[in-house]
Amino acid sequence: MTEKITDETMDYVSILAKLSLSEEEREEAKKDMEKMLNYIDVLQELDTEGIEPSAHVFPIYNVMREDESFEKDTSELLKNAPKEKDGCIVVPKTIGTEA
Amino acid sequence: MEIIKLSALEIGEKIQKREVSVPEVVKAFYHQIEQKEKDINAFITLDEEQAMKRAAQVQEGIEKGIYTHPLAGVPAGIKDNICTKEFKTTCGSKMLENFTPFYEANVIESLKSIGAVLIGKTNMDEFAMGSTTETSYFGVTKNPHNTDHVPGGSSGGSCAAVAAKECAYSLGSDTGGSIRQPSSFCGVVGMKPTYGTVSRYGLVAYGSSLDQIGPIGTNVSDVAAILEVIASYDKKDSTSIQRKDYQFMKALHEDVKGMRIGIPKGYVGDGLDDEVKEALYNMAKTYEKAGAKVEEFDLDLVKYAIPTYYTVASAEASSNLARFDGVKYGYRTEKSSGLEGMYNHTRTEGFGQEVKRRIMLGSYVLSSGYYEAYYLKALKAKALIKKSFDEAFSTYDIILAPAAPTTAPAIGESLKDPLKMYLGDIYTISANLAGLPGISMPVGRDTKGLPIGIQLIGNCFEESKLIQAAYTYESLTGGGK
Repeated sequence: MTEKITDETMDYVSILAKLSLSEEEREEAKKDMEKMLNYIDVLQELDTEGIEPSAHVFPIYNVMREDESFEKDTSELLKNAPKEKDGCIVVPKTIGTEA
Repeated sequence: MEIIKLSALEIGEKIQKREVSVPEVVKAFYHQIEQKEKDINAFITLDEEQAMKRAAQVQEGIEKGIYTHPLAGVPAGIKDNICTKEFKTTCGSKMLENFTPFYEANVIESLKSIGAVLIGKTNMDEFAMGSTTETSYFGVTKNPHNTDHVPGGSSGGSCAAVAAKECAYSLGSDTGGSIRQPSSFCGVVGMKPTYGTVSRYGLVAYGSSLDQIGPIGTNVSDVAAILEVIASYDKKDSTSIQRKDYQFMKALHEDVKGMRIGIPKGYVGDGLDDEVKEALYNMAKTYEKAGAKVEEFDLDLVKYAIPTYYTVASAEASSNLARFDGVKYGYRTEKSSGLEGMYNHTRTEGFGQEVKRRIMLGSYVLSSGYYEAYYLKALKAKALIKKSFDEAFSTYDIILAPAAPTTAPAIGESLKDPLKMYLGDIYTISANLAGLPGISMPVGRDTKGLPIGIQLIGNCFEESKLIQAAYTYESLTGGGK
């Protein structure tokens, strides 16, 4: 049985997930997570001693290819930017405090 | 016969024989879309003008002998998580509502190279997270067989569009059953290939170790033909696999003599609807009569598949969806609150509830202190599940299984209890965990008139066996029509 999810855990997970949930959403998410984790806990009864974790089903490692540069018109890319100025993407001030 | 009612290959044949032109075909499908779309809502983006322009180009290419493929000029619907340059690619999310990719997916390049005409982008559960196509920001898709019911998901738009004859075939993606389950609900044929067979380049990632693009069509031959076009080794996908054989249409012949077919006992027990079960056993009988050997067997670890899947998929989703931060593309919040605040508000406003639920769960199982107990444990369980399938395939050529526990649920029924909805994935997710190919095909209808789909699962790289067995059943019975 999973330990009950505390408000502190929810705060921590929200930081990791970069989500700021409303009070209501948070309560809902907490209930959902508890339910899911209780369910997932069935895995604990499975004996996995000495088993290698499987990230990918086939043994493919470090596939390399040539790092080739190419020219592209960046204005095409910038069309998708939420905010753009002089060929650059505008973001909120990241150093110091916002005016 | 009305052109839209034909299979993709039949339409392609008429095009090659000059019995019908590509613009005529595209027009006919757009006419059907006009009739059906208000009730079905299978598409997020449609662009008749562009499709007609492309149709004229392809027709010219056919006249000049450039496009000779049996599917040249046949209109396709594309799931909206596959990048296309001429249509925006929204993933069913507010986050990408206005996103038009700057490059296209490998599968789109492949389709275009044989002269395919893209008719539009199909609706889906937001970021492919869901089993009903109800979590899309762009509204619910309805089941063409009964609009009070869901089409399944997450490729519900792709399957509904084929079932409603709004396009001749479509592409979907399958992370835990997202092609096979909606195919079964909509009465169409859908296939998830072996992991690594179809390039994921240009597919917006959900669970990268599980995602695979696959074909959806009205019959097995169409699905084999589409798979042959989209399957290839691609350097741009580091998990792509160079296969020996890509000629799937060669497997289209009627013969299951001596084929060993296994039905996992754990798949036909509690929780499986009686009518679906009966349909499965009837299919088994057809195979037996045709010379296959069918028996039930114990498949290990069935009950661990869902918890393993949701741990792995959520973890990968939380990592893959970290890129949606409002900086370079996609939605950005209007709230002004510094960089960190922008990230948080953008994501909170841009993602729907189901996506947030899985990102939260994924972040939790990957966080320090819980990583080993949950994520690592699930990866070990995944290895064991793969092993249990390896053992099964040392005895059987094919596993016969339901595609879903029931036929299509009513709209609104599933989202009330997410855990219950997750449990509905029991028969499909193992194929993703073990990288196996699976095909879902219609075998009949239940007393409510809704299609029943049954799934064939094969060993890795054995698509041809699946296609052969599915084709045989279809030829013998008419394919549940």
